[in-house]
Parts: sequence; structure tokens; C-alpha cells
Amino acid sequence: MEFVVISLLNGITYGLLLFMLSSGLTLIFSMMGILNFAHASFYMLGAYFAYQISTWVGFWPGLLVAPLMVGVVGALIERYGLRRAHRFGHVAELLFTFGLAFLVEEIVHLIWGNVAVDYRIPAELDGTLFTLFDTDFPIYKGFMMLISVGMLVALYALLTRTRIGLIIQAALTKPDMVEALGHNVPRIFMLVFGGGTALAGLAGVIGGNAFITEPGMAAAVGSIVFVVVVVGGLGSLGGAFVASLLIGCIQTFSVGLTISVTDVFALIGIVLPEGSQVARLTITQLAPVLPYMLMVAILIFRPRGLMGARES
Amino acid sequence: MTAPAIRMQGLKKNFGVSEIIRGVDLDIHRGERHAIIGPNGAGKSTLFHLISARLPVTSGIIELKGENVIGLKPFEINRKGLSRSFQITNIFHNLSVFENLRCAVLWSLGYRYSFWHRLAGLKDARLRADAVMEDIGLTSRRDTPAGILSYAEQRALEIGITIASGADVILLDEPTAGMSRSETDDAVALIRRVTEGKTLVMVEHDMGVVFGLADRVSVLVYGQIIATDAPAAIRCNAAVQEAYLGTGTHAGHGHE
Amino acid sequence: MSFVFSRGRLLLWGACLALAVALPLVLKSGFMLSLLCQIGIMVVFALSYNMLLGQTGLLSFGHAVYYGMGAFITMHTLNMIGKDGSPLVVALLPLVGGLAGLLAGVVLGWVTTKKAGTTFAMISLGIGELVAACALMFPGFFGGEGGISGNRVVGKGSLLGFTWGPQVEMYGLIVAWAFVATIAMFALTQTPLGRMANAVRDNPERAEFVGYDTQRVRYLMLILSGFFAGIAGGLTALNYEIVTAETLNAHTSGVVLLMTFVGGIGFFYGPIIGAILVSVMQIVIGGMTHAWLLYFGLFFLFMVLMAPGGIASVIAMQRNLWQAGLFGRMVPHYLAATVPILVLMAGLVGLIEMSYALLAGEGVGAGDTATRVMGMQLQLASMEPWAIALATTAAGVLLTRWIGGRTGVAWNSALSTLHGDKS
Ligand SMILES: Nc1ncnc2c1ncn2[C@@H]1O[C@H](COP(=O)(O)OP(=O)(O)OP(=O)(O)O)[C@@H](O)[C@H]1O
Ligand SMILES: [Mg+2]
Repeated sequence: MEFVVISLLNGITYGLLLFMLSSGLTLIFSMMGILNFAHASFYMLGAYFAYQISTWVGFWPGLLVAPLMVGVVGALIERYGLRRAHRFGHVAELLFTFGLAFLVEEIVHLIWGNVAVDYRIPAELDGTLFTLFDTDFPIYKGFMMLISVGMLVALYALLTRTRIGLIIQAALTKPDMVEALGHNVPRIFMLVFGGGTALAGLAGVIGGNAFITEPGMAAAVGSIVFVVVVVGGLGSLGGAFVASLLIGCIQTFSVGLTISVTDVFALIGIVLPEGSQVARLTITQLAPVLPYMLMVAILIFRPRGLMGARES
Repeated sequence: MTAPAIRMQGLKKNFGVSEIIRGVDLDIHRGERHAIIGPNGAGKSTLFHLISARLPVTSGIIELKGENVIGLKPFEINRKGLSRSFQITNIFHNLSVFENLRCAVLWSLGYRYSFWHRLAGLKDARLRADAVMEDIGLTSRRDTPAGILSYAEQRALEIGITIASGADVILLDEPTAGMSRSETDDAVALIRRVTEGKTLVMVEHDMGVVFGLADRVSVLVYGQIIATDAPAAIRCNAAVQEAYLGTGTHAGHGHE
Repeated sequence: MSFVFSRGRLLLWGACLALAVALPLVLKSGFMLSLLCQIGIMVVFALSYNMLLGQTGLLSFGHAVYYGMGAFITMHTLNMIGKDGSPLVVALLPLVGGLAGLLAGVVLGWVTTKKAGTTFAMISLGIGELVAACALMFPGFFGGEGGISGNRVVGKGSLLGFTWGPQVEMYGLIVAWAFVATIAMFALTQTPLGRMANAVRDNPERAEFVGYDTQRVRYLMLILSGFFAGIAGGLTALNYEIVTAETLNAHTSGVVLLMTFVGGIGFFYGPIIGAILVSVMQIVIGGMTHAWLLYFGLFFLFMVLMAPGGIASVIAMQRNLWQAGLFGRMVPHYLAATVPILVLMAGLVGLIEMSYALLAGEGVGAGDTATRVMGMQLQLASMEPWAIALATTAAGVLLTRWIGGRTGVAWNSALSTLHGDKS
């Protein structure tokens, strides 16, 4: 019971963080048709910027400034790189973002070195929020949830309640029409790209110290985020939300489960032959591959994803 | 009597809540040339998309030569001998004219997914592609990438790809759209020649082409067939005139 | 006509083979020999990758899986035959690798090729990660962190005097396999399946309407490409006598994508250029500076934005100009354009190298004393070298805009003359 509740809380925290990434990715994808391969690189940049700022002036200014910086970097990249690559078609675009991810990782290596930096949770948030059964739930996790939920509410309000949000929604489906109505679609694209990357940056700011800030973090999170959008259905915000929480929970639950594959099959009445390597693996050991297995299963049984509208 | 080339019954198609095809019943006889006319947005192209499985049917029956084809994939229907062209040119842009045509004949000549035949050694495919190229008048553009052909040339190639496989049921969606008078005349002669002994269904706005080519004409208005008859009879059908006058279109009724 | 053509082609193949065989006579050092071996392997790998990207339009982020499977199975087979094997069997082992790659393609491709386009790219990435994660989960088969190793010199005598022990003999084996595989892959482009793969790349919808199941075409192409990737993997296993999980991870997939693209995906020989270039860069520039991956990333982005057709397309373009007699008039512009590019590069390289030197030395309190950067003693704590590098970069940017703009104009006018001539 204790395990379930704690894992659930952790899973939701992680899932919300994933959604901050996958929502930006989804918005950019459905609007511009670009799968931003470098999305997680902006997550990483967010973490490193925040770390750098925290060494100078502390955590709180970084919480605001770092995502903004990441957003500006994103917008500039859209304006001066992506827009040009766009002219050469989808493959060139995808390759551009791929090269970008590669480059960002190298730059991070160059500036901050090969090992993890000491990006810490601020002292004010370092403590226990409440104790459930015997396990402490840290304040910082609660803070992460607060920020993510706040961000989501703001995003939702922005998309549904403001003029620019409505234009964005319209441009999602009919960019030509929106352009014909006199809106500057390239500028909207730049804004969306900047906004999406800023969101990723924010996720990096609050995720970098909760987990780890190192040059490999982009690659590690990046592939999970792709799994999220495939599972949720490419281009579906609702799908991304469900899939983020689902995968967040799967990952936290599986990390805590020490029962083996044999035990799992025993639960449903199947006895596996002794001694095979697969049967002896514990769920914890399987944790890294579970999201991908889920993705494969989804592709086979529901190719358009959980909530995807179209089969692409 | 043999089954009709194409039989549609109670055919419906919705896009979301809007009904675009609202119950079409139509038999296309074997060997006839059948034109489908109707105002813009009537659903003519959509009807073609349903027959060729580019779009899934909402409800109803489609039979090709007596065989149910609902639920089949486009390539399966093609293999049953139905070939179609597109209103918006749909060709292999980076391949040369010759390669476009050769790709169109490979399956029907039985080469399937072969990776053990050398293309250059396939005399039948080459001859067939060359013959079609001659037919559509693109021999001089043999090695030009299809993407840089002129509009009229691309339209000709579009027809060429459709007829190359030698399918016996052919669907042409506005084959002469955007062509000049003389190009249209050439296209009509070409279509007449290559569909000899085959079943042809075509969507066409040019009444000259329709009346010159079709054995029968169906009028599709707002997702329903309001009349099917010989061209002469269609010309003086009151309901048709009503429909055309009512929507005030370009179909140029009355003359030719 | 076609006879003459194929004779020309035969000559070309022959010349390439002769060159490959002759090279180690000139480049005798062990370093050069291992570079040549690496190139031979990468040529096969990159060509197999281009069967997907260039020919079928499938952008894969997980191609290393097939390469890696080929390598691991080859290594296990090698260890299994061990002392009882003959050099002939060893020489044929890459075929085992190929079959392993093919089998992996049959299994994994069935999932990935259900989709095309962006979705395919993402799925291939996911499958790649899945396999890479599995590799760490089953140390029994994949050897964990250390990988598995073997010995390509097996017990029984020799094959026509070859034991494959010396590196130069291994090079011969690689050349033989690379040559056969390259010819096979080229031949594949000239078959119905190869051509329909192009058609599916250009317009999958229309391909369905001329009778082809596009999913099946993609699947078959992926299986065949897995086969050739597996051969490359088998060669790697024999060449290095060790295979680690790195062989099938995302990094290796990324490298093959980069080299194929840089070489040019629109031409059969493009990936060959890419494999040679990137291998050489990796070893030569990689030996000179730690920042080589950064340079490579910049170079790649530059190619994506400036020459998305890769080096092969640049070459092809020059050939067209040459044939139209327009090349001569571009030469002065090319020469003029090299100046700003060199200036820009000098500035950038200076900045990057100094940053590297500074950041690397930070811990040991360097910066006050002179640091060696690119063979120069620089006082990194002072403003001077930085100012010079910055100024050079800025000058490079300005010059590039100015002269580059004029080159662009000349280029466009040459191109329009070229196309004007044609039509
Ligand atoms: N994918 C779609 N989603 C929603 N509505 C569609 C879709 N495709 C077509 N329609 C609508 O269906 C109607 C019929 O379209 P269709 O293309 O079949 O007309 P048509 O008779 O071929 O017209 P035209 O003569 O202009 O070619 C139009 O109102 C069109 O807007
Ligand atoms: Mg139409």
C-alpha cells in the first residue's frame, strides 16, 4: 500500500515533467510538422543554465531566467536555422534538429565538462513535505508538481482564452488560411517554437536538480519523450498527457519492483522453466526497456496511439 | 449476363458530420465509357476515392466485376484490374518519365518485389513503357525527371501511368483539366484509343469531351446521382438543367 | 549503347578495386592500414544505410542494431568454431553476420516499417533504444560493459597462405567483402524492388495505385539493408576482435546517418564518399583536437543548410557545369569564396580551441601561465588572444556575407544558364 501510494506520487511528478516536454514537442509538431529531435537538448540547456545562474545568484532567479533564455535560443534557432532547413523538406528539417542535438551535447561537454555538475535543490525546498507510513515525501517533489500543474493551467488558458492562443489553434490546422487572414504565420511559428523550447527549459530547471544534470541527460530523456508522443498519438495533446502519466508511473513502479519475471508469470498461473536468463530478471532490471516495449505493443495493437486522430 | 464492371449500392461517405456521398446506386457496364458530371464539390472525386479505396467507405456496397471490394487496400484493388488517375497530378517526381511508366507496369507484368531480375533486362517492361510514352507523346522527354515537366506534360504522364498497366477498368478524374483546346483533342483521341475494349469511368467538366466520348453520362449533384442516361438524353433532362441552373455553374450545358 | 555503358561501369569498378588493393602498398604504416580497414567497413555500413534513407526515403535512427547484431553473432560463431575452424570458414563469417542482420530485420522491421516518414524515424529510434537496453540486460550474450572478444586466427593452417592474422590480410578480406557487397547493393538498385523503393520514396500513395504494397516494399528493403549492415558488423567483429554494446547503440546509428548524409543520399556513391571522409576526419582531426565532435556537428549543420544533397550532389553539380562549359566562369568565384570561409574558420577554431584549453585547464589553476593551443603559446588569461579570435570571426562573418552573396549570385546565374540550355 505504502509502495503504491509513494510510487504513484513519484510517477505523477515524473509524468508531469514528461508532459512539460511532450506538450511542447506536440505543439511544435502539430503546428509546424517538425519533429524536434533536439527537444530534450533544450531540457538539458535549461538545467545547465539554471545551474550556472544558481552558482552566481541562487536558484530562484534561474527559475525564471533560465527558461526564458532557452526560449530565446530556441526562437533564434528557428529563425536562422530551421526556417532555412524547412525549404529542403522534412528530412532536412529532422536532420537539422538531429545535428542540433548532437551539437548541443558537444557544447555542453565543452563548457561544463563530461561529468555531472552539482546542481542542487535550494535549501528552502530541501526537506520533507509529509511522511506517509514510513516514507518521506520531499518538499521538492511537491514543488515540481506545483510548477508543472501551474504551467499546464497557464498553457491551457493561453491556448483557449487569449487571442494569440486562438490564432495558434487555428494555425495548427489551417496555416494557409490564418496567413490569408493577415497573421504573420512565420512569426507565430517562431513564437511557438520559442515557447515550446522554453517549456522544455523549465522542465530542465526543475528536473535537473531533482534527477541529475549531465551531458547524457538529453539523450536519456529524449528517447522517452519520443516514446510518450508515439504512445499518446502523434500530434495529440490529450494523448501526450495520458501517455506522460502512464510512462511516468510505469517507470517509477518498475524501479521499485523486485519481483522477477518468473513471479509475474506465476501470478497469472504460468510456470516458466527454471534457469533461463529472461525468467530470472527482475522487473527493476526490466525498467529501462518497459517504455519501449509499451511503444511496440501500442504500434502493433493500436497504431495511431492512444488518442491519435490520424494514422500517419 | 456478366456482373457489371462496377456496382455501387447505397454508397455513403461522411466526413465528420457532413455527408458528402449520400446514397449512390450506380452500375457501370462492362466495356462502356461512362462520364460523371456535376458541379464543383458534388463529390465526384470522393466517389472515385471510395471506389479505389483511397478513402474508407462509411456504408454501402461496391463490387468490382461482381466481387466485393470493400475493405481492400488500394493496391489490392489495383491488382484486380482497376486503375485510376488523380485530379491533382500524382506522379513520381524524382523519377524520369520512362521510370514513372516502367514502375506502373512492373506489377502487372508479374515482377512483383523481385530483386533478382535486372530491370535493364526486362524487355517486356521496357517495350510497354516505351509504347505508352509514345502514346502520350512524351518520347522526347524520356529521361526528364517528372517533377520538372510542364503542367500539360504532367497531366499526360498522369494518364500514362494510369493506363500503362493495362487494367481493364479505368477511372480518370478530370483528365483534360487545364489543357488547351488542341491538347484536349489529343487527350481525347488518346483516351479513346487506349480504352478500346475496356471500361472507362471519367469525371469531366468539359462537355465537349463528355459528349464526344461517353456512352452514358451520370449526373452527380450534392452527393447523389440525379440522372444516368445517354448523352443526348441527359442534355435535355429537366432535372439536370435545373440542377445546373440552380447552382449556376460553368458546365456549359446546352451547347456542343 | 547499353553495352558500352556497362563496359565503362566495369572499368570504374575495376579501377576502384585496383586502387583499394594498391593503397596499402603506398600507405604502409599500421595507422594507415587500420584507417583503411575502418573505411572499408564503414563503406558497406553507410551504403546499407542509404538503401533506407536515399533509396526508400526511410530515415532510421536505429540502423546500428543490424550492424551490431551482425557483429555479435559473428563473434559468437567465431568463438564457437574456435580451434576447429579453418581460415576459409573465418573468411565466410561475415555472411553469418549478414544473416543475423537479415533476421533482425525480419523481426524488428516488421514493427518499424508499418509506418513511414517521421513516425518511422521515431519508432526506429525506440527500437534501437530497446535493443541497446536489452544488450546491457543480457551480459551473457552481449558481454556487458567489456563486450565479447575472440581471435580470428583459428587453428587449422591457412587458406592460400592467409591466416588473417596480420592486419594487411584482414584488409584484403575487408576489401573483398566490401567489393562484393557494394556490387550487390548497386545491382539491387537496378531491380524491380530497387526501383519501386524509389517510387515509394517519391510518392507512396501513387505506388499503392500501381499495385504495390508500400509497407511490403519498405519491409523488404529494410530486411535487405539489415543483411548488408550485418555483413559490415561481421567485418567489424573480425577486424577488431572485440564487440561491445556500443556497436549497436544510438551513437553508432547516429554516426552512420551523419556519414551517409554528408556524403550525399541522392547518389549511389555518395555514402562511399561520406564513409571515407568521416573516417578520415574522425582519425585525423580527432587526433588533433578534443573538440572534433563539435567541429563535426558544425560541419554537419552547415551541410544540412547549405548543401542538403551532400558532397556527391555538389560534385554532380560541378560536373553539370563543366559539361555545359560554365565551370570556368565559376572558378574565380570559388577561389574568392574560400578566403572568407578560411578567415571565419580560423576565428571559430581559435575561439573553440581556446575555450577548450581554458575549461580543461580550469581545475589546475591554469590560465595565468601560457597554454599551448594549436601549437601556439597563448596567454589565455589576457584579453588579447580572445580579442583577436573574436575579431577574426567577426571579419569572417562580414566577408562571408559580402563575398558569399556575390558568389551566390554568380552561382544562381550559372544555374539558370544551365537550365536554360536544357529546355
Ligand atoms: N478529406 C475531406 N474532409 C472533409 N471534407 C472533404 C474532404 N474531401 C472532400 N471534402 C468535401 O467533399 C466535397 C466533395 O469534394 P470532391 O472533391 O469530391 O468534389 P468534386 O465533385 O470532385 O469537385 P471538383 O469538381 O471541384 O473536383 C467538397 O465539399 C469537399 O469540400
Ligand atoms: Mg474533383
